[in-house]
Amino acid sequence: MKNWLVEHARVLLYTLRRLLAAPLSSALNVLVIGIALSLPAGIYVALFNLEKVAGQAASTPQLSVFMSMNASHEAITRTAKQLQQHIAISSIEFVPRQKALEQLKLSTGMADVISGLKNNPLPDAFIIHPLATSPQSLEALRDELKKLPSIEHVQLDSAWAHKLAALIQFANGVIGLISVLLSLALVAITFNTIRLQILTQRDEIEVSKLIGATNAFVQRPFLYFGLLQGLLGGLTAWLIIALSLYVLNSNLAELTTLFASNFTLQTLSANDSVALLLFSAYLGWLGAWLSVTLHLRNAG
Amino acid sequence: MATAVEFFGGCVIKFSQVSKRYPNGYEALRNVSFDIAAGEMIFLTGHSGAGKSTLLKLIAAIERPNSGSVLVKGQNIATLQDGAIPYLRRNLGLIFQDHKLLFDRSVFDNVMLPLQICGFDYRESSKRVHAALDKVGLLKREKSNPITLSGGEQQRLCIARAIVNRPAILLADEPTGNLDADYASEILSIFKSFNQVGVTMLIATHDENILRPTGQAQLGQTPLGQTQSGDAARTGRTLHLNQGQLVS
Repeated sequence: MKNWLVEHARVLLYTLRRLLAAPLSSALNVLVIGIALSLPAGIYVALFNLEKVAGQAASTPQLSVFMSMNASHEAITRTAKQLQQHIAISSIEFVPRQKALEQLKLSTGMADVISGLKNNPLPDAFIIHPLATSPQSLEALRDELKKLPSIEHVQLDSAWAHKLAALIQFANGVIGLISVLLSLALVAITFNTIRLQILTQRDEIEVSKLIGATNAFVQRPFLYFGLLQGLLGGLTAWLIIALSLYVLNSNLAELTTLFASNFTLQTLSANDSVALLLFSAYLGWLGAWLSVTLHLRNAG
Repeated sequence: MATAVEFFGGCVIKFSQVSKRYPNGYEALRNVSFDIAAGEMIFLTGHSGAGKSTLLKLIAAIERPNSGSVLVKGQNIATLQDGAIPYLRRNLGLIFQDHKLLFDRSVFDNVMLPLQICGFDYRESSKRVHAALDKVGLLKREKSNPITLSGGEQQRLCIARAIVNRPAILLADEPTGNLDADYASEILSIFKSFNQVGVTMLIATHDENILRPTGQAQLGQTPLGQTQSGDAARTGRTLHLNQGQLVS
C-alpha cells in the first residue's frame, strides 16, 4: 500500500515536470480547454442570473386592473366589492388616480413635466394578488376580469417573467447541446496531446512492456497528464468566468443605481465550481485513456 | 496443476512440438521439442532466420505458438492470459542485440526501470541498481547518459537492467552480435558468472567464433540432451536450429 502511494506520488511529480518541461504548449492547451469550457459554463451562469430575476418577478404575480377614465365613484365601489368577493383573488389594493400621480412624481423625478399637465391622465386602478399563480389560471382570471363593466384594461404583470422562464428553459437545452459538443472537443484535444506524447515515448513503452510492465503502469503517467491538464483547463474556465463577472458587475453597478436596485451577477456556486473542475478533470482523463488504450491495443 | 508439477521437477522451460507461423505465412519454427533444466546454460545456434529469435520471443510471450505448448516455470505461453504476461516477464531477464536502452535518462535510471515497474521501495531499489551496475563494471558511469557509452558498455548496461530484478532465467538474443571479440568474451564471462550462481541462461547466437575460445561448447554436432563435458550447468549445452527445426 505504501509503495503504491509512493508510486502514484512519483508519477504525479513526473507528470508535473513534463507539463512544465514544455510550458508554452502546456499553457496553450490549458487555455484552449479553459476557453472551450468557459463558454457553456458562462452561459450557464448568465442563465442562472436571468432565472433569478425572472423567479423574483414570477413568484409574486400580480394583475393590474385599470378602470375606465369616466368610471363613477359608485362603479368603482361596486367593482371593488366584486373583486373582493371573487374566489380566485386573495387580496386587492386600491390605487386612486391622485395617489398614482403623486407616486409617479416622486419615483421618476418628472415632477415638472407632470405638474405641467392640466388633467390627471392616470385612471383609478386596483392591484390584485391572485390565489393561484400558474400561467393558465392567471390568464383565465385576466380574461374574466376584462369582461367586468367599467374596467378598461387588465394587465398580467408577470407574463413577461413566464415568457422569460420559457425562454430560459429553451436556452438550457441549447447549453446542453453546446456542452456536449465542447466536451467532445476537450476529449479530442487531450486525445491528440496524449497521442503525440505516446509517439515520442514509444521506446519507453515498448521497453517497459518487455520487462514486465502492466498496461496500468504504462497508462498511468498519461492518465495523470490528461487529468491534470483537464483540471487546469477547468480552473482556467473558472477564472475566465469569475473575471468576466467581476468586470460586468462593475459596469452593472452604474446601471443598478439608475434602477435603484442592488442586483449583482453571481458567479458559480461552490458546488458548481467543484462540479466544473471534476468534470473537466474527468474529460481530460477520458481523452488520455482513449488515446493510450487505443495505442496499447494496436501495439499488441 | 500438472504444469506446476513439471516445473518443480526441475524443468524451467519445456517446448513440446511447437510450431510458429507468422501471419505472412513464414514458418519460423516447426515441431520443436526440448527441455531446459534449472541452472542450465544453453547456446541456441543456427544461421540468421533459423528461428532463434522466434524461440526466445515465445519464451517471453512476445509471440504465441500456433501449435504445441511452451511451458515457462510451469505456465503455458500458448494459453496464458494477456494480463498474466507482465508477471511472467518479471521472472525473465531479457538481453537484446540492439540493447533497447532509453536515452532520455541516466544509466542509473535505465537499470531502475524494472524495479519501478515491480513497485520496489526506492532505497532498496537503488542498492540493487548499484549492485547490478557493479557486477557489469559500470558503477562509475551511473550518472552518464547511455548514449555516451561504447557498444560493449551499452550491452553491459542492458545486462545490468536484465539482472537487477534477480530473474531465474536470462534470455539473450545475439548479445555479442555487434561487438568485437574482446568485448564479446567479456560479456560471455559475465554470463558464465551468473550461471555459476544458478541462473538459467539461454543465449542465441550465430557467432560460432565467439563461443569456441571460451571452450564451452562445440556447435551443431552435439546430440540433444548430451553435453560436451557432461555437466550442463557448468559448461553449457547447444541447441542448433536449422530452418525452424531443431537439428540437434
